[in-house]
Amino acid sequence: MKKSGAQILVDCLREQGVDTIFGYPGGAVLPIYDALYDADIRHILTRHEQGAAHAADGYARASGRPGVCLATSGPGATNLVTGIANAYMDSVPLVAFTGQVVTSQLGKDSFQEADITGITLPITKHNYLVKDVRDLARVIKEAFYIATTGRPGPVLVDIPKDVSSTQTEYEDPGPVNLPGYRPVLEPSAEQLNRAAEAIARAERPVIYAGGGVVYSGAHRELRRFAELILAPVATTLMGLGGFPGDHPLALGMLGMHGSKYANFAVCECDLLIAVGVRFDDRVTGKLESFASQARIMHIDIDPAEIGKNVRVDIPLVGDVKRVLSALIERLEAKLPGAWQEKIQTWKKEYPITYEENGHLKPQHVIREIYRVTKGQARITTEVGQHQMWAAHYYTYTRPRTFISSGGLGTMGFGLPAAIGVQVACPGEIVFDIAGDGSIQMNIQELATAVNYDLPVKVAILDNGYLGMVRQWQELFYNRRYSYSELVNPDFVKLAEAYGAVGMRVEKPADVRPALEQALATSKPVLMDFVIEREENVLPFVPPGESLDRMLG
Amino acid sequence: MRHTLAVLVENNPGVLARVAGLFSRRGYNIDSLAVGRTDNPAISRMTIVVEGDDRVLEQVTKQLHKLIDVIKISDITADEYVDRELVLIKVNAGPEKRGEIMQIADIFRARIVDLGRRTMILECTGNEGKIRAFEESLKPYGIKELVRTGKIAMLRGSRYTSINTNGSREDE
Ligand SMILES: Cc1ncc(C[n+]2csc(CCOP(=O)(O)OP(=O)(O)O)c2C)c(N)n1
Repeated sequence: MKKSGAQILVDCLREQGVDTIFGYPGGAVLPIYDALYDADIRHILTRHEQGAAHAADGYARASGRPGVCLATSGPGATNLVTGIANAYMDSVPLVAFTGQVVTSQLGKDSFQEADITGITLPITKHNYLVKDVRDLARVIKEAFYIATTGRPGPVLVDIPKDVSSTQTEYEDPGPVNLPGYRPVLEPSAEQLNRAAEAIARAERPVIYAGGGVVYSGAHRELRRFAELILAPVATTLMGLGGFPGDHPLALGMLGMHGSKYANFAVCECDLLIAVGVRFDDRVTGKLESFASQARIMHIDIDPAEIGKNVRVDIPLVGDVKRVLSALIERLEAKLPGAWQEKIQTWKKEYPITYEENGHLKPQHVIREIYRVTKGQARITTEVGQHQMWAAHYYTYTRPRTFISSGGLGTMGFGLPAAIGVQVACPGEIVFDIAGDGSIQMNIQELATAVNYDLPVKVAILDNGYLGMVRQWQELFYNRRYSYSELVNPDFVKLAEAYGAVGMRVEKPADVRPALEQALATSKPVLMDFVIEREENVLPFVPPGESLDRMLG
Repeated sequence: MRHTLAVLVENNPGVLARVAGLFSRRGYNIDSLAVGRTDNPAISRMTIVVEGDDRVLEQVTKQLHKLIDVIKISDITADEYVDRELVLIKVNAGPEKRGEIMQIADIFRARIVDLGRRTMILECTGNEGKIRAFEESLKPYGIKELVRTGKIAMLRGSRYTSINTNGSREDE
């Protein structure tokens, strides 16, 4: 049977189980849009291609299924770049399709030509330029396979317009055959035995858990593992929700904006069990003093992460879920002792708190969001102080409920991500916790939310500053607030102009009623919380300092 | 320390850019890189010479392994291997110097592949030390142009770093 490239694309997407794509049309993808016109696939038209990439990313993080986005050639493709880099840094399975000029015009600086495979080489797990329609089905199959297996990541497929419009005799490409790509899933028995022995001997173990736990679906195994060996669990930003935040062994986040008790525990442990993490510099602080008394065990599916930033004594390469299950079988339950007591004392002594002074505090807003949503919401964030407060003051008990740009730190991520999350989780409450700076980076996506009746709630913690920048200027640049103060639009009117509901809240007592009202409406809501202007995120380990040298 | 890596890759467009980009992005320095097809047209082999301590080498290797097109990497530095490089040198060679230069060529088993009115092109193959010595001995005559291929290498004896044709790995 003859099919066009565009039809092959649509059929392959169906075969991969794709029900939703996020995209934006243009000349080079018109054949694909024409095929989508009759297809049984939901297409969400965002208002910017960056929004499409972040929405696909949010969709993937919330659902565990690959996110798919589509853009036209040239500017459409380059507008995806930040979204792709974001997914790459956080290991999110994303498949991005871009249109390209016809093959005969390639390399001639043709209208709307951009070498997008060249541009995205360092920010994709792999990418393809399809020059022959007969390769298309195989490439799409490989793209999904690569994006979703091993350490997940974004894959880009660039499709010239003649490839999507040419008719060809369709042939099933058969099973994926990539001789150079064989992710290791099963840990080696020998290393497992070494690891079990080290755990049995450890007196002060600490688990440091990251996004790998969430991605491999290992949250139950992690919990059993921690309870078995009575190890407190600190999580990275990406790991929040991978271990229940209300569990007695939970230490919350560690690192630059971690809790004091998490950082103290890491400084004093004798065995650090790193699970699905990558020893980001925001976590480790000064490397020489990171877990300096401990042996380090590292469990990760990506062998290249082992020893990349820190020395590792016991590497365990494999899928986190399988490794933890295998370890659990080899371990005996431990009894509580002085270490567990010490942790509890630290937790009591150095709780994460803030000062109430009658003004509207950002921490209070987030606590109230937690109460009103009973901890059941999916939270996305932008990047800045509000992101850290969202990490500290909302308790995440389930995986895939905290969705934030960790590795790249992309302002403008939260709103489009929330749209993707809401598409993936239609019945759930989705909140984007935003800063007044960040929200303005992709605020146009409010139109998308209104367009598709996606009732996302946006809580702007409005301090009139690029708050995190201001905080650094306060601490390290002698309060010289160079270009970090914002003159903002009227967010309420802006929301209304988009057809959403706008609200402004200025007093602590008004927070809860406003949130209740927001949840009672089925429309997208933009809430402008006018907060204390110079509140800081604490505790704070200054960059390059050791983790026990915290301010606040 | 300098390491010699034998890297088998799928012969796909862009694979050289992926490999080279990986090195530059992570700040690793490539001393030399030579690429060519193997007996299997779908597979190319790169010989990469890279400078770095064991930690750097470990990262280089692991990062290379992450590239989907990379099939196999062998660090053959510590093994017995044969290595060769080809150099072409265009040297000033007025009639009065030609005899001397031809003697030098003889000593190094180099060949004269072009003869102009005032210049000669010589071709020489060998390992790095030999190429360097050859270059040094021609310097006094005035080298006009010099081009080297970069090193290629192969393990000695019955051990090899290739794969069999159905694409699966074969152990040495
Ligand atoms: C796209 C992008 N540009 C710049 C930055 C640098 N940056 C990090 S936090 C921040 C300030 C964020 O301000 P706002 O969104 O108002 O949040 P707040 O810190 O006030 O909560 C900036 C500019 C970034 N992370 N992303």
